[in-house]
Amino acid sequence: MATTLSTPPSDTSAPKRSAGRPARRRGELRFVLACLLPALVLFVLFMVVPTVNVFRMSFFTWSGFSPDMRFVGFDNFVKLFDDQQFVRAFQNTVALLVVVTVVTMGSGLFLAAIMTRQRLRGRNLYRFVLYIPNVLSVVVIAAIFSAVYDQQNGLLNGTLRLLSLDGLQQVWLGDQDLVLWSVAISMVWQSLGYYMVLYMSSMASIPEELYEASGLDGASTTRQFFAITLPLIWQNLRTTLTFFVMSAVNLSFVLVRAMTGGGPDGSSEVLLSYMYKQAYTNSSYGYGMAIGVVIFAFSFLVSLLVSRATRREPLQF
Amino acid sequence: MTPITSPRNRGDRPRAGRVLTYVLVIAIALVIAVPVAWVLLASLKKKSEFYGSPWTLPDGLHLQNYIDAFVTAHMGQYFFTSVLVTLLGLVFVLAVSVPAAYVIARYEFRGRGIIEMALLAGLFVNVNYIVVPIFLMLVDWDRALIDVLPGGFFIDNPAVLSLVYAATSIPFSIYLLTAYFRSIPASYEEAASLDGASRFQVMTKVMLPIARPAVITVILFNFLAYWNDFIIALTLLPGDGKTLQVGLLNLMTAQKAAADYGRLYAGMVIVIVPVLLLYAIIQRRLIEGMSSGGVKG
Repeated sequence: MATTLSTPPSDTSAPKRSAGRPARRRGELRFVLACLLPALVLFVLFMVVPTVNVFRMSFFTWSGFSPDMRFVGFDNFVKLFDDQQFVRAFQNTVALLVVVTVVTMGSGLFLAAIMTRQRLRGRNLYRFVLYIPNVLSVVVIAAIFSAVYDQQNGLLNGTLRLLSLDGLQQVWLGDQDLVLWSVAISMVWQSLGYYMVLYMSSMASIPEELYEASGLDGASTTRQFFAITLPLIWQNLRTTLTFFVMSAVNLSFVLVRAMTGGGPDGSSEVLLSYMYKQAYTNSSYGYGMAIGVVIFAFSFLVSLLVSRATRREPLQF
Repeated sequence: MTPITSPRNRGDRPRAGRVLTYVLVIAIALVIAVPVAWVLLASLKKKSEFYGSPWTLPDGLHLQNYIDAFVTAHMGQYFFTSVLVTLLGLVFVLAVSVPAAYVIARYEFRGRGIIEMALLAGLFVNVNYIVVPIFLMLVDWDRALIDVLPGGFFIDNPAVLSLVYAATSIPFSIYLLTAYFRSIPASYEEAASLDGASRFQVMTKVMLPIARPAVITVILFNFLAYWNDFIIALTLLPGDGKTLQVGLLNLMTAQKAAADYGRLYAGMVIVIVPVLLLYAIIQRRLIEGMSSGGVKG
């Protein structure tokens, strides 16, 4: 490992170790600073300062490139309540969050449980396939689903036509009542495999004896799931749930941005995409950042609530 | 992680349940695999083949789509930009995160607690929230430099994009590396410094090789994040030098207007294949890294 290190005779190392303490401390401090500063400078410059700026700018009206920047206090936030488009974006975000979280977590847990408990043949292959969406970029996923949902020649409508089910054909991304569901489906498609693989690996560490013992006592598979599996992976579930809320807020944005652009007519707009629209298209940077603050507060609050609501005494096995 | 081999055969388990499980799992695997495979196949179709049944196989290898995508749609050039930005980003993030994580894990100094807290809080700040202020800040810097560099320096600069990538993944990288460095016994370093190695040598020659698994995990996750990002790239490279993802986004917009499916599907394959290949090679490591390194944001 340390092949390039020479091994000096022991007597030369003695004086080095007994060198004066202040000099040693100073050398140590210099080393610590040299190692720490580059990372800290980048972190402060590109993360801390922009984050502070989101909050600061939300109290101003500013059109971006003009020097005219006016302090307006909480005006931007007050305006939000009367903004129908904002209210809609908020509702869409909450709806997506609830639907996608419940479906992804629920089916992820269920599938992981049956795959872990029943040793299926070819598990590695399933695992490989299920994890694929997680390595694809959101643009690719948006492009794939645009191709699947395509009105004329898409996989979905084309197949329905082939099955003579023309009546079921839909304008999947162009129908105001449908578009949010179409987005939700692609979100579940993207994240389901990731959570399955995650839960499978934590379920695999539960000792087999627990299931065998309870099986001898006559417990059904369903009962085993709720009495053994679920409590033992609870901490893991809790962490993933907390993080999932935040990543779903982001995923909904990047998908919507690439797939529907918030349309048709704002019916698939989510909070982050609306913030973008205000900032770049509308050049209302102050107003956009007020939306940013709301998103920060919202996702923090939801994560906190989820974490509180799922708190249990940790179980050991 | 390793599957526990049960001593008892599960022959007594109801067969119907087992069959149902297979059906379910295969159905889900198909739902995921079919759209991807469909795109791969469709990228070889001629324009006339896109009408009619979506389930027909391509007539032949219609490679014109790829030539269109690479040359006419500049995907070849964007590919190069993406490779450059991703590699540079990885170099930057490793160069700053490894030493910082090592020092945080191994040295006592004033302010360490605060720095650790700040970095932990940084895990919760997603880049998407702060792209707008980053963009405005870079525009501001460009304006300040207008006398020296009239063409601008910070916007439309792939190296600056890499730097922003690196900076925004610092919390995650340091978090992962610090945890790993802490798990290494101190005896290695003591032995090396008794042998007369300098602090820097101890870090690079002794600790870094031991921490290789953590470094690889950091590289993998950051590679995927940089390669797949489009929001930051869209904002910071508004000019001609785009990344692959932004190029694909443009192809999508163009397809909506002109119904040019072939070029879009070929473009998608160009974006998908490198990632899929890498994934096939390192999948075990990726999935294990995911379960040991906690959850990504």
